Amino acid sequence: MAEKVYEIDRDQVRSLMAKGAQLVEVLSSKAYNAIHLAGAKNIPLAGLNRETAAQLRRNQRVIVYCADDL
Amino acid sequence: MSARAAWRLASLGFKQVYRYRGGKADWLAYGLPVEGAEAGDPRAGDLARLDVPTCRLSDSIDQIQARLEGSGWDTCVVVNDEQVVLGLIRAEALDENSWRTAEEIMEPAPRTYRLSKSLDEVARYLDQQGTDSVLVTNPEGKLFGLLMRNDLEQARAELEKKRSSRQ
Repeated sequence: MAEKVYEIDRDQVRSLMAKGAQLVEVLSSKAYNAIHLAGAKNIPLAGLNRETAAQLRRNQRVIVYCADDL
Repeated sequence: MSARAAWRLASLGFKQVYRYRGGKADWLAYGLPVEGAEAGDPRAGDLARLDVPTCRLSDSIDQIQARLEGSGWDTCVVVNDEQVVLGLIRAEALDENSWRTAEEIMEPAPRTYRLSKSLDEVARYLDQQGTDSVLVTNPEGKLFGLLMRNDLEQARAELEKKRSSRQ
């Protein structure tokens, strides 16, 4: 099956989180520690690999986000 | 950055990967729940004064002067029916040609900041421009309020004390 990524907006994030989706901030730990979306984990993009991704549940939805002109 | 992260997860075998396009800026702009060391720090939207006078493009100088008189304000924001910011009028632009309209005398497309901007960033802008206020809007460009330098400086001084006590 081909790989796929779904683009979603704020309301969809809230809806999926209510259903147990995992939220991941991919910015640096410094940016994450300063402020992040409630309930988000931090896996910086540079450190995203098979080992760090192992902390995520594969059978559950994963939502990733960054800053977008904060 | 989040697009690359999302596709990396997909390449690692995750089948239900979503990318939140708006990211942290969008979330903050709508005042949704956040965590972290700076989560409680004030941002542009927390300090903006909400009672800044507004007018429409077709309002005359006479009408604008009447609105400002006794209000304590020397600024009027030009908005449309949806409250989207179209221009800014400062008192010094109000001349004796009372028949002229807001559209003719306004400063078009004034700089605006989102509610989520940090106080330090807004302060840098005010310093660079040598101005004493800046408009704050939501992501759709609708007027939220006007942030005044005095309010900003007071809040930054309090924030600095808070940051010092964290260290």
